[in-house]
Amino acid sequence: MIDYSKILSERACSLKPSGIRKFFDILDEMKDVVSLTVGQPDFVTPWHIREAAIESLEKGRTYYTSNAGLTPLREEIVAYMQRRFDLKYNAKEEVLVTVGGSEAIDLAIRATVNPGDEVIIPQPSFVCYEPITVMAGGTPVIIPLKAENNFKLTADELRAAITPRTKMLVLPFPNNPTGAIMNADDLKEIADVLRDTNILVLSDEIYAELTYTGKHISIASLDGMRERTIIASGFSKAYAMTGWRLGYTLAPKEITAQMFKVHQYGIMCAPTVSQFAAIEALRAGDSDIEYMKDEYNRRRLYITSGFASAGIECFKPEGAFYVFANVGGFGMTSEEFCTKLLYEAGVAIVPGNAFGECGEGFARVSYAYSVNHISTAIEKIDQFVKKLKNN
Amino acid sequence: MDKILQMLESDARLTPAQIATMLEKEEGDIKNTIKQYEKEGVIVGYQALVDWDKTDREYVSAVIEVKVVPQPDRGFDKIAEKIYHYDEVKSLYLMSGSYDLQVILEGKTLKEVAQFVAMKLAPLEYVTSTATHFVLKKYKDKGVVYEARETDERGNCEI
Repeated sequence: MIDYSKILSERACSLKPSGIRKFFDILDEMKDVVSLTVGQPDFVTPWHIREAAIESLEKGRTYYTSNAGLTPLREEIVAYMQRRFDLKYNAKEEVLVTVGGSEAIDLAIRATVNPGDEVIIPQPSFVCYEPITVMAGGTPVIIPLKAENNFKLTADELRAAITPRTKMLVLPFPNNPTGAIMNADDLKEIADVLRDTNILVLSDEIYAELTYTGKHISIASLDGMRERTIIASGFSKAYAMTGWRLGYTLAPKEITAQMFKVHQYGIMCAPTVSQFAAIEALRAGDSDIEYMKDEYNRRRLYITSGFASAGIECFKPEGAFYVFANVGGFGMTSEEFCTKLLYEAGVAIVPGNAFGECGEGFARVSYAYSVNHISTAIEKIDQFVKKLKNN
Repeated sequence: MDKILQMLESDARLTPAQIATMLEKEEGDIKNTIKQYEKEGVIVGYQALVDWDKTDREYVSAVIEVKVVPQPDRGFDKIAEKIYHYDEVKSLYLMSGSYDLQVILEGKTLKEVAQFVAMKLAPLEYVTSTATHFVLKKYKDKGVVYEARETDERGNCEI
């Protein structure tokens, strides 16, 4: 009989199963749960964008595109970055259309990291940076971000993490799960540390359109940063297009050329129908972004105030669509709290330690839900907390 | 402050406290603004959208195109007033184009609606013609789609 323990990739086997998965498995088994767990918009992709996709199918555009993506799409991405974030890129040599922001992250790490290279990953953050680094043979170096710094990365923290083996800093802002953002001053500090080094930045800007206290600024727009920055972004969050699986990278041509090969051999090209939809999104979707952002902002304010009145303080999020709620004051771990909340109150939120050990004491709460839904959840949480406090 | 209006137009059940939180304002200010809107007739009412097809109530509605002779001085207003006083009339609009007034009627049966048109609307002075169109199915009203409510199908994808 075949011995699987001997034939599977050691690296793959070494990856820890994700902490959210375990929680989702319980959730899938339960009925009538008021969930605040999903990491995707509750909006449907705007109709004009869906219509562009339908039209592309009607016209029989069912072929592969060029590996890097449709030329008009790459040109629209460049125009969009210039229009919204004041960044200049060359559509031909510096843009790759990818299968979601996730592929963009994968390309950035795999095309740059050599075995033994260190990748600095601030946490709490999206769960994929660490395993992708491991799969590339790199060594993840975790910076535990602190609530007292509003979960921002500081220059001191970065400086302390840098070694001669540091290859890359992952900059995951606006942040999932904390909702933290890095403003111009915060970024300047980071740029000052990196400017004279050979360290790359992987700037995950998938939530760039969802900032509520000021416009998102890309680190690539700071002096001396463009040459070392790989921007990973996509359409999922800005245009409510998660299921279309479409993202992109923006990076200097030397880096793009290597990412291109990884993409070409691994993926070939992003889904054609999604690419046509994305062209429409970029050409006529700015007002959709504004509309959705406005809605999220109201929910953000509503949910943070709701949690506060239920006796759970939230770090006030400035971006993305999550609040990071402080559930540490009840004599339980985050996981215990969330499990109890799920079983006893029928409300699901994700334990913060799923996003890194330093997320312990917190829970991620998504507000990509209707106000009514959020309201129901808050009522239940309120009763749950009262019961806890009375015991 | 038309944000308050937009929010109430899409969900009239939002309380002043909820609106205040979502717009980062004081609850008292929101209450006052809403009162003011009500006083000025900017907000003229609050209603639930009901899909009567899902109930046992007998229910039909019709759109009636009405042509009238405008009256000196008062134009269409006088005749409009005569029409909108009937309880059966749910909406009344003055239209541009090939007819003048659009009446939206609700009644229990086709017969009831037809009778209203024949006995009450058509004989009115200055009304020169009517054309009645019965509504067969309501797909969307006031921005709301009248289908079975969709459940949350979003997958619990790890993110």
